Amino acid sequence: MISPSSPPTIVVKGLRKSFAKQVVLDGIDLNVKAGTIFSLLGPNGSGKTTTVRILSTLIHADGGEVTVAGHDLKTDANGVRRSIAVTGQFSAVDKLLTGRENLQLMGKLNRLSKQGARTRADELLERFDLVDAADRYAMTYSGGMKRRLDLAMSLVGQPQVVFLDEPTTGLDPRSRRTVWGIVRELAAEGVTIFLTTQLLEEADQLADHIAVLNKGKLVAEGTPDELRALVPGGRITLQFPDQRQLEAAAGLVAGSTPDQEKLSLDVPGDGSVDMVRSLLDHLSGMSIKVDKLAVHTPDLDDVFFALTDNESVRDDSRSDLDNDATPQKTTAGK
Amino acid sequence: MTAINYAISDVQTQVNRVLKHTTRNPSTLIMTILLPLIVLLLFNYGFGGALDTHGVKYINYVVPGIILMGAGYSASATATAVNSDMSEGIIDRFRTMAINRSSVLSGHVIGSTLRTFTGIALVVVIALPIGFRPTSNPVRWLAVIGIILLMLYAVAWLSAGIGLFAPNASGAASMASLLSLLPFLSGAFVPTNTMPGWLQTFTANQPMTHIEDALRGLLMETPVGNHGWISIVWLVGIALVGYLWSRSLFNRKTAG
Repeated sequence: MISPSSPPTIVVKGLRKSFAKQVVLDGIDLNVKAGTIFSLLGPNGSGKTTTVRILSTLIHADGGEVTVAGHDLKTDANGVRRSIAVTGQFSAVDKLLTGRENLQLMGKLNRLSKQGARTRADELLERFDLVDAADRYAMTYSGGMKRRLDLAMSLVGQPQVVFLDEPTTGLDPRSRRTVWGIVRELAAEGVTIFLTTQLLEEADQLADHIAVLNKGKLVAEGTPDELRALVPGGRITLQFPDQRQLEAAAGLVAGSTPDQEKLSLDVPGDGSVDMVRSLLDHLSGMSIKVDKLAVHTPDLDDVFFALTDNESVRDDSRSDLDNDATPQKTTAGK
Repeated sequence: MTAINYAISDVQTQVNRVLKHTTRNPSTLIMTILLPLIVLLLFNYGFGGALDTHGVKYINYVVPGIILMGAGYSASATATAVNSDMSEGIIDRFRTMAINRSSVLSGHVIGSTLRTFTGIALVVVIALPIGFRPTSNPVRWLAVIGIILLMLYAVAWLSAGIGLFAPNASGAASMASLLSLLPFLSGAFVPTNTMPGWLQTFTANQPMTHIEDALRGLLMETPVGNHGWISIVWLVGIALVGYLWSRSLFNRKTAG
């Protein structure tokens, strides 16, 4: 359906936004290919939600060019709105309406006929496993059900692009998996997904392409594998019964780092069976006893911490400030 | 469909949403439907016998006052509904859709007008068996209905503004409840000639007095005088101010 040559569905160039004197987005460039899952990954206060609010026409940028599904954000915001749907961190369902009524409401606002809205609501109730709860008020729904209804409401208009701002925040592991399944299905149908998350696992599970945002700047971008390649390979941690054996082993294995307190030794390596076997053979040949062994393969956590940690640890107090300045309800309330 | 048709359809959808909320929200129902009825019975049976309304039967005197009071009470319900709606995530969803932007507000205003009108109609119907004897002239009734609808519409825009202005729902309710005091400072429940002079100056010139004299005149076939026109001018003015105020608050709240 989508040819490899189709232009990117979302193009962002030099996006900037400040609130008061605080720079929240400091020149962001993004390209999201049609029909892919793109994940904007970053800690709290990094500017993820602000990015989504700008791209989904809720707030204006201070600078930069954005097109979504071929529509320029500045000159054709309604064109953008016709192509997108947004599910944010805060439930956007009408609590005093039933699940079915919420979906029919979306149907009418999406210009479906009365019958069309009814049929679409039934389809989505079925698909999102809400048939039993269809005629209950949304305020009685559990967190997971509300999020499913929220997603279903976003899909009534069959959008080309779906923005998901931390769609699994506050959900239990089972509901989280359900949401992931839905996101994968949508992408398989050709919908372009723009997902923000602070969960590495979520980005790793879902995304075709990840951009890491920290303090309003993109610090890395690529496929999950490309990002993993950014940090040095894995390591093996060996645990020794006493200081003497630890020191002996440290002297034998080149490039290893001993930890005197834990009596452990970190050895760089990919953790393959061959590598581990030859290491252990070598040590036992020298009569050194190894108590325990652990293999660490590099994961997105390492990438994430390598790219974002240094500063955010130092600036922990400022991070909280960032968080407050990130507009959720705050801009809406002013 | 043209843009106008889309806008009308969006407003209709929002009116339906607000009316559904009404039937599911006990406090709105009590405020706008039940309370005016209770006040009617209370004033008629409780105070009516002790009040001197210059020879007019008290039920005939007080029904226009209850109508005004119903409008006043509806202000709190509308302001609260607008305020809590604005703090819900669904407003952001509407704003990311290609729909008429202010249809949410229009939905509240029209929904509130219809809701309160139902409550007032009920008051009039219940007043009939307990002695209310209004005119049977259909032209007068049309004029009464017109003034009531215009009043409810004006109060609804003003309350929408209060709902948008107030920091939270309880603030909205208490600010708007000041409006329901205005009928007491008019001739709605008792003649004003026993009030102190400075208060009489206020009551003689506040819009509620004109509206109520106009309604009383039309319903009881007594002279309406200038009160009809003065009421309409006041109400159109209040509606306009409420509308512009609400719109500017709404735009400011929803702007980036």
